[in-house]
Amino acid sequence: MTNQKVDEIDRSIYDFRYEEDDFYRIQSGLTPEIVEKISEEKHDPEWMKQFRLKCLDIYNRIPVPRWGAPIDGLDMDDIATYVRANTDMKKSWEDVPDDIKDTFEKLGIPQAERAALAGVGAQYDSELVYHNVKDEVAQQGVIYSDLESALTGPHAQMIRDHFMKLVPPNDHKFAALHGAVWSGGSFVYVPPGIKVEIPLQSYFRLNAKGAGQFEHTLIIVDEGADLHFIEGCSAPKYNVANLHAGCVELYVRRGARLRYSTIENWSKNMYNLNTKRALVEDDAVMEWVSGSFGSHVSYLYPTTILKGRNSHCEFTGVTFAGQDQNLDTGAKMIHLGRNTSSFINTKSICKSGGISTYRSSVEIKKSAENAKAAVSCGSLMLDSRSRSDTIPAIVTETDRVDVGHEATIGRISDDAVFYLMARGLSEEDAKAMIVSGFASDVSKELPLEYAAEMNNLIKLEMSIG
Amino acid sequence: MSEPLLQIQDLSAAIEEGELLHQINLEIGPGETHVLMGPNGAGKSTLGHTIMGNPQYRVTGGTIRFDGEDITEMPVDERSRKGIFLSFQNPLEVPGLSVEAFLRSALRARTGKPVRIFQFKKELESVMELLQMDPSYADRDLNAGFSGGEKKKAEILQLLMLSPRLAILDETDSGLDVDAVRTVSAGIREYQKRTGGALLIITHNAAILNALQVDHTHVLVRGRIVADGDGSLIDEIHRDGFEKYIEMGRDMLKET
Ligand SMILES: Nc1ncnc2c1ncn2[C@@H]1O[C@H](COP(=O)(O)OP(=O)(O)O)[C@@H](O)[C@H]1O
Ligand SMILES: [Mg+2]
Repeated sequence: MTNQKVDEIDRSIYDFRYEEDDFYRIQSGLTPEIVEKISEEKHDPEWMKQFRLKCLDIYNRIPVPRWGAPIDGLDMDDIATYVRANTDMKKSWEDVPDDIKDTFEKLGIPQAERAALAGVGAQYDSELVYHNVKDEVAQQGVIYSDLESALTGPHAQMIRDHFMKLVPPNDHKFAALHGAVWSGGSFVYVPPGIKVEIPLQSYFRLNAKGAGQFEHTLIIVDEGADLHFIEGCSAPKYNVANLHAGCVELYVRRGARLRYSTIENWSKNMYNLNTKRALVEDDAVMEWVSGSFGSHVSYLYPTTILKGRNSHCEFTGVTFAGQDQNLDTGAKMIHLGRNTSSFINTKSICKSGGISTYRSSVEIKKSAENAKAAVSCGSLMLDSRSRSDTIPAIVTETDRVDVGHEATIGRISDDAVFYLMARGLSEEDAKAMIVSGFASDVSKELPLEYAAEMNNLIKLEMSIG
Repeated sequence: MSEPLLQIQDLSAAIEEGELLHQINLEIGPGETHVLMGPNGAGKSTLGHTIMGNPQYRVTGGTIRFDGEDITEMPVDERSRKGIFLSFQNPLEVPGLSVEAFLRSALRARTGKPVRIFQFKKELESVMELLQMDPSYADRDLNAGFSGGEKKKAEILQLLMLSPRLAILDETDSGLDVDAVRTVSAGIREYQKRTGGALLIITHNAAILNALQVDHTHVLVRGRIVADGDGSLIDEIHRDGFEKYIEMGRDMLKET
């Protein structure tokens, strides 16, 4: 009981929201009529409308997954699928309504922008409300826009050629759902040879009670180009089940490099069923940096298809499961090309009865001669009530490969806590520092302000329960 | 003698399996240098850890007072902030936490004030130079992958950065080569010079004491203090060994 109180107070830093005035809200549940209505609202081109309806059909036919963390608490009939703030796209910060601005202020968006981030596409509920690409990036020919308007813009065909091609709607039930009701998200295209020097970032956020969020991110980094994209998420807390089923599709062309960094901090009642996938061509490099915080249940396994020769992928991730959380996270690598290499390095932390499952799969196909893959996963349990599982799978279809795997699992050391406390640090700080250190493989890969936010999240999580 | 800084009276401490320290009495005045000797397994580290407040050791009797205040039940971090420091015989490794970030946090926790970065960095640099530590160690993970000697130097670095009023040095000199012992010894003198702080030095080795003025020596055998003396006791033990004191420990055991 008292724990709950502490929880509420501490999380209030991140869990805040404003009244939903003048909001347009669609009835709960999912029917063809609703999907058509969404499509109409979005001014979809005809093909997209048909695509949505096809997805709805698939959604209704595919069963709910029966593995991993239980999602019984999720009732689709209960979830309003589309909520939109009463505001259109804004070009400058001044045009953004005050309450929304205030929300972002608390999340530090404008500061982050001032800190030399290239552009901000911040999502408030399902709409982009603020969007601004720095001139120099636009001048380089880089497209960074919301996906909806891009659907009818000069890159319409490009989107049609790539949208849900990496994650087809029949992939799993929530991919189908996503295809039917997706809204919002970002489109990025980096032309050949262009190196975007500063990271592009997008901040997603769920605000409405019982609302699902289905944003779609489509990024194409053309030949020899270079991009760092940062996605940050935070959501306010509610008692009604919330669903997040976003989708990220990344195309990394020949010789290109893409780094995709995410810090997710979902409210503790969120079902986070997110699908992320990257296709990597010859000599290209894909880097994932992923921090999973919050949510009630998460399923998250960014997948990389190493299609091209000499393509390379690194996945660095941390997952923190606290009280009432069941986080099933990991990564998937599919080696197709010769000389491909992948490295998965994950850390999971569990505390106060939280369950953290690391699940990964490395598949090395026959065509992937001379492939190299290494998996390293570490777990840190902060008490005996919490649970940590490691389920790594490696399947190789060719002999000429080099595969390594290493797993460690351990409890936080009382001696180390004593050592730090003997220097004057409180027990809470001592533990938070040990946990932050354990997660430092991830924070070291993040831009400074995100690393600081991640360490703050760890501190916050350590103070709960 | 003025009011003692540390005053231990009839202190007994135990672990699950039994009592390790029996009715220890020890007083250290401000600025005094004490040496604690005794054979392996006598309980020297246990005493250091009990003074520091390691929850592994349950105090079963007696009191520990620091600066006039009863700290027997005080949590370890509060003791530290009051000015007690323990240089660990086996310093712990904390992967992912840099020496610099750690020291900054510790200083903030101790002063309750934000650390002034520029001043702090300058200070850190100069102390590291004194200890002949490469500046790159500031960015390395605390003790992770450090050699035994580097760990001990890092303990003295912390001592100098945190400026406690009482420093318990638990075999800080063991496992060090001659040069490193000299460096650590210089660090200890620097601590005395800067802060006028008191010392309780646990050691088997006279070299570290060479340039220090030892006020008192205590011999611990089987969890009991069996002899107290001045600096000359150290030379005697180095000459004759602990034999005589182990006998004394046996006799005292019979008496109780
Ligand atoms: N946490 C502990 N658990 C079990 N035995 C311990 C523990 N701490 C100390 N001891 C035992 O207590 C005795 C004293 O240990 P210690 O204080 O380390 O001796 P010294 O530092 O004088 O060599 C030893 O026999 C040691 O094995
Ligand atoms: Mg010892």
